Amino acid sequence: MSAIIADIEAATMKAAPVPRFRPGDTVKVHVRIKEGAKERVQIFEGVVIGWNAAGARSTVTVRKVSYGVGVERIFPIHSPTIERIEWVRRGRVRRAKLYYLRNLRGKKARLTEVREAKAPTLD
Amino acid sequence: MGNGLGILGTKVGMTQLFDADKRAVVPVTVIHAEPNVVLKRFTQDNDGYGSVQVAYGDKRPTRTNRPDAGQYAKASEAAGKAVSPKKVIREWRLDGDPSDDLSIGSEVTVERFDGVKFVDVSGTSKGKGYQGVMKKYNFKGFVRSHGTHEFFRHGGSIGTRLTPGHVLKGKKMPGQMGNVRVTTQNLRLHGVDAAKNLLFIVGAVPGHKGSVIEIRPATKK
Repeated sequence: MSAIIADIEAATMKAAPVPRFRPGDTVKVHVRIKEGAKERVQIFEGVVIGWNAAGARSTVTVRKVSYGVGVERIFPIHSPTIERIEWVRRGRVRRAKLYYLRNLRGKKARLTEVREAKAPTLD
Repeated sequence: MGNGLGILGTKVGMTQLFDADKRAVVPVTVIHAEPNVVLKRFTQDNDGYGSVQVAYGDKRPTRTNRPDAGQYAKASEAAGKAVSPKKVIREWRLDGDPSDDLSIGSEVTVERFDGVKFVDVSGTSKGKGYQGVMKKYNFKGFVRSHGTHEFFRHGGSIGTRLTPGHVLKGKKMPGQMGNVRVTTQNLRLHGVDAAKNLLFIVGAVPGHKGSVIEIRPATKK
C-alpha cells in the first residue's frame, strides 16, 4: 500500500483502541442512530460470526435472531457511527467464520460459553 | 476539447472515507497532484486562441533535452525560483485569454478545486491485451450444447453475401482492449487536501496506480 493511502487510513482510524474480540464472542454494538434532528444510541447484541480484518477498513459481522428471524449486520468498526463495542461473553468455536450458524436454529444454534474467558484486550 | 483549466496528477489508489453527514462509507480514489507549473501562455492576439501549457511530475535534469531545458529556465526566471524539469506537458484550452494569475512559472494547485462538486477525469485505461469479443464487447458467445463444436466464444457471422460484399466498417471484432484514453464524466469530488496536494474522487478513475491523470471541473454539471 502506498504511504499516502496508509496515512489517510491511519487518520480515519479511531483514536480509541478497539477491543480484540473474536468470532464466537457475543458483543453489544452501540450504534448512533439519527431520527430527525435527534441522535440516540441503539444497541445491537449478537454473536460475532466473522471479521474482515483490513486495518481502517475492517468490518465485523454480528448475527442475532430477532423474533425468530436471523439478522446480520456488518459494522465498519472505525466508522464514527459506531460509538463503542462492548464485549459480553466468549463462545467456544473452532473456526474463524461461523457461517454454519445460519443453517442452525433453536438449541443447535447456541455456542458453549467459555467460562474463564477474560475480557479482550485493547488493540 | 473541454474548456477550462484542470490539473494533472497521479493516481495513488483507492480507499474509503467516512462521510459524517450521510453517515456512510464513501469509496474514493486518491489523486496526488503536486503543483503544476505554467510553462507557456497562448493568447487571442498572439495565437488566435487562449490556453495555458502546464508541466507536471519531476524528472531528472539529465533526461531533459536542450530546447526543453530552455523552457524550464525561462519559467524559473519568471517565477523567481528554480523550476525543475517535468515529465508531462499538457495544454489546457481556455474560454478567453489566460488570467493574470496564470503567469509563466506560476503554479496550479489542488486549491483550485475547493468548492468544486463534480469533475471529469481522463487517463489511459488499464491495458487488457488482445481480447475476444465476449470480454471486449459483451457478446453472448454460442450455445454450449446442441451440437456446437469449436465455436463457443465466437462472434458469429460478420456480414452478408454479395450485398454489400464486404464487412461493414466498425464491425466489432477481437483485438486490443484497454490502454486507450478514457474520460469519465461527472465524478463527485469528495474533498481536497491542499496541504498534501490530494484530491479525493468518489468511485473509480481510469488507469492503473501511478498513471498520470487529468482532472478538470465537470463540463456538464
